[in-house]
Amino acid sequence: MLSFILIIIAGLFFSGIISRTKSIASGRKGPGIFQPLKDVVRLFKKGAIYSETTSFIFQIAPTIYFASIIMAMLIVPFGQSKGIISFNGDFVFFAYVLALGKFFNIISAMDTGSSFEGMGASREALYSMLAEPAFFILMGSFSLLTGHTSFQEIFAALHLGSTISYALATLATFVLVMVAMIENSRMPIDDPKTHLELTMIHEVMILDNSGFDLGLILTAGYLKFAVYGALIVNLFIGIVGYQYSIPLFFAIQFSMAVTIGLVESFMARFRMNHNAQFILVLSSVSFLIFFVVMLILGKFI
Amino acid sequence: MNYTIIHNNQTIDIATIPQLEYDVFFDLNSNFILDHSERHCVNYFGYKVENDIKLICCIADDDTHEIFVSSCLVNNTNDYHSFSAKLLCFEKFEREIHENFGIKYLNHPWLKPVRYAFNRFDKTKTIANYPFFSIDSEELHEVGVGPIHAGIIEPGHFRFICNGEQILHLEIQLGYQHRGIEDLFLKKKKLLQRSTLAENIAGDTTVGHTTAFANITESLCGFQKPREIEFGRTIALELERIAVHTGDLSGICTDIAYQLGSSVFGRLRTPIINFLQEWCGNRLGKGLIRPGVNQFPFTPELAKRIIEILDSFEHDFVEMNKELFKLPSALSRFERTGVVSKEDILNIGAVGMVARMNYLNRDIRVSHPNSIYSELNHEPIIKHHGDVYSRVQIRRQEVIQSIKHIRKLVENVPEISKEKVGLGKPKTNSFTISLVEGWRGEICHCAITDSNGELVIYKIKDPSFHNWLALALAVRNNEISDFPINNKSFNLSYCGHDL
Repeated sequence: MLSFILIIIAGLFFSGIISRTKSIASGRKGPGIFQPLKDVVRLFKKGAIYSETTSFIFQIAPTIYFASIIMAMLIVPFGQSKGIISFNGDFVFFAYVLALGKFFNIISAMDTGSSFEGMGASREALYSMLAEPAFFILMGSFSLLTGHTSFQEIFAALHLGSTISYALATLATFVLVMVAMIENSRMPIDDPKTHLELTMIHEVMILDNSGFDLGLILTAGYLKFAVYGALIVNLFIGIVGYQYSIPLFFAIQFSMAVTIGLVESFMARFRMNHNAQFILVLSSVSFLIFFVVMLILGKFI
Repeated sequence: MNYTIIHNNQTIDIATIPQLEYDVFFDLNSNFILDHSERHCVNYFGYKVENDIKLICCIADDDTHEIFVSSCLVNNTNDYHSFSAKLLCFEKFEREIHENFGIKYLNHPWLKPVRYAFNRFDKTKTIANYPFFSIDSEELHEVGVGPIHAGIIEPGHFRFICNGEQILHLEIQLGYQHRGIEDLFLKKKKLLQRSTLAENIAGDTTVGHTTAFANITESLCGFQKPREIEFGRTIALELERIAVHTGDLSGICTDIAYQLGSSVFGRLRTPIINFLQEWCGNRLGKGLIRPGVNQFPFTPELAKRIIEILDSFEHDFVEMNKELFKLPSALSRFERTGVVSKEDILNIGAVGMVARMNYLNRDIRVSHPNSIYSELNHEPIIKHHGDVYSRVQIRRQEVIQSIKHIRKLVENVPEISKEKVGLGKPKTNSFTISLVEGWRGEICHCAITDSNGELVIYKIKDPSFHNWLALALAVRNNEISDFPINNKSFNLSYCGHDL
C-alpha cells in the first residue's frame, strides 16, 4: 500500500523535474514544476474526438493502457512491506501486464490507419521486444541468487548478502534506468520534444488521441517512470527503517529525474538504426549480472 | 555568333539577343552545358509575344564571368525535343514552360505540373489529380507528409516510398501557395509596391531578393550607384547570411534533439537580427533596400555597434561549435547522412550551398560579383562529402567568413553623399539580368521592358527551384527518421519555389 501511494506522489513531480532540469540546463526560464500536471488536468476536463476510421479498440486502448500501469503499481513492494498484490513469480506478471498495456497502445495506433502511427507502432514493438530480455535476465538472476520469485522476497533477501549485492544493485540500476528510458520513449532512444512525425516513436503513436484519452496516456507515462524508480529504490532499501527509506525513495526518484533531464540536455538522439544495438547492450549488462550470480553460487568453477 | 554575352546587372536591347530556330537553340544551349561543370543554366523562361512564345535561356559561365543569352520562338501547335532528356538541370524550367504555355515536349522524362499558377495553360490539372509516382508492391509502403505539417512551416507535400524504415524514393510536390508574384510585379506599377513585393518573395531571403530587384531596376534605369548603397547592401547580405545560418544550426540541433545547441544557436541569432532592426527598423531587413535611394545609410556609429555585437557573437558561436563538433552522438547523426553525389549535383544544376557541399565551386560572389564583393577577395567554402555534415560545416564556416568580411568592410565606411540623384526612366525594349548570392544560393531575377518602358515580364528564380531535387536525391536509401534533419540541412524555400 505504501509503495502505491509513494509512486503516485513521485509520479506527480517526475515529469516536472525533468523539464525543469532541461530548462535550467539550457538557460531558459522554462515552465514550472507543476506544468505537466496542469496539462493533464486540462486534458481531463476535455472530451475526446475519435476519427471515423477507428473502431472500439482505439477507444478502449487508453483506458487499458492506464489500467495496466495501475496494475503494475500494485505489485511493486516497498522495503519490507509487500505490494498490494504479491505472489510467487509476480515479476513476470509485472512485465507482462505492462506489455499488455503496450500491446493495446500499439494496436490502437494501427487502428487509426495512419502511416505515421503504423511506423511508430512498429518501432515501439521492436524496441520493447529488444528491451524485454534485459529485464528478465536481470530479475531472473536476482531470483536465482536469492532463491525467491516474488519482488518483495527478492529485494528483502538481496540485502542480507554481502557488499557484492550492492555492486550488483548498481549494475541493475543502470539497466533499469535504461529500460525505463526505453519504455517511456525518452532520449537517447526517442525524443519526446521533437514534434516531427517521422522521427518519433511513442509520441507518433498517440497523435490521434485527444482530450481525456490523451490525459490518461500522459498520466500513465508519468506513473510508469515512478514505477521503475521505485524498483531501483527497492534494490537499495531492503531492511532499512521507514524513517530513512522514505526520504531515500524521494531522493532516488529525484536524482533519476535530474539524470534523465541532463542526458536529454547534453546529448543528441541516436540514429534510429543504432537504437537496436544500444538496447542489446543492456541485455549484455544483464548477462554480466547473471554471470556474477553464477560465480557467487559456485555454478562456475 | 548566335548568342549574346552579357555580364551581371547589365541591360541590353532585347533585339540584340539572337532569335534562333529551336534545333539550333537546342544544340547551342546543350553544348554550353555538356561537359562544362563551370557552366549552368541560371534562368530559362518563356513569355508571350503575340501568338507565339519566346523562350529565353541564360547560361552563366563561372570562369569567364559571362552570361550567354539566346532566344527562340515556339508555339504550342508543334512538338519539341526536350532539353531535360539530355540535361536534367532543365527539368523544372521545361515543366514550368509546359505548365504556363502548353508547349508540348516529346521526350520529357517527368512532365508534371510545377506550381499551379492561376493563369496556367491547362486548368484541368489541379493539385487533387497530381500524378504521383506510385508502386504496386506488397512489401513497400507509402508515407505521405503534408501539405499541412505539425509545426509552423509552409505547405508542401512529401511522398515517401519506403521499405520499412528505409526510403527508396521521395517525391516532393509543391505549389500550394498561389500568390502569383511574377504577375503582381506587372500589375503593381509603383516602385514602392514592387519593392514590397520583392521583399516578400521569400521571407527568409528578404535582403537577397530585394537586392536583386533593386539592382535590376537601377540597371534598367541606367542609375549609377554611389558606393554607400553598394556598401550597405553588401553588409546587409552578409548579416542575413549570419542570421539565417545560425538559425539553421539551431534548427539542425533541434532535429537531432540536442537541446544545448538548439537553445544557444537560437539565442545567438537574436543579436544579429536585432542589429538589423537598429539599422532599419525591421528585424528581417524589410524597408532597408530600395532602388536608387539609400534609405538607411550605414553610419560610423552603426559600424562601432556591429563590431561590438560581432565580438560577443563570435566568441559564443565558436565555443558552441566546438561543443557541437566534438559531440559523438551529434556527429553520428551528421556523418554520411543524406549524401548527394557530385554527378547528381552537377546533373541537376544545383547552386549555392548545395553545390558547394560536394566540390562544385558555385558562388556568385566570386563568379559574377555584384555590389562590392569583388573587393573582398571572397573564397567560397567548398566541402567534399555532400552529406549533412558538409552542409553543417559550410554554415559554420560561412558565418565566420561573413564576420570577417563585415569586419573588413566597416574599416572604411563610405561618406554619405548629400545630393539626391533621381532613378530616371527605365530603358525601353530592354533585357536585364541580376544575380545575387543570397544565403541559400544564387538568386536570379530577369526583366524585359516594352516600347514604353513598362515591364513585360519579371522572372524570379530562387535557388530552391534547382535544389529541391537535391533533397529528394539525398534521402534515398536513408532512414525515414533522418528526413527531418536532411530537410533542415538544406532548408529550402517553399514560397521561393511557388512564387
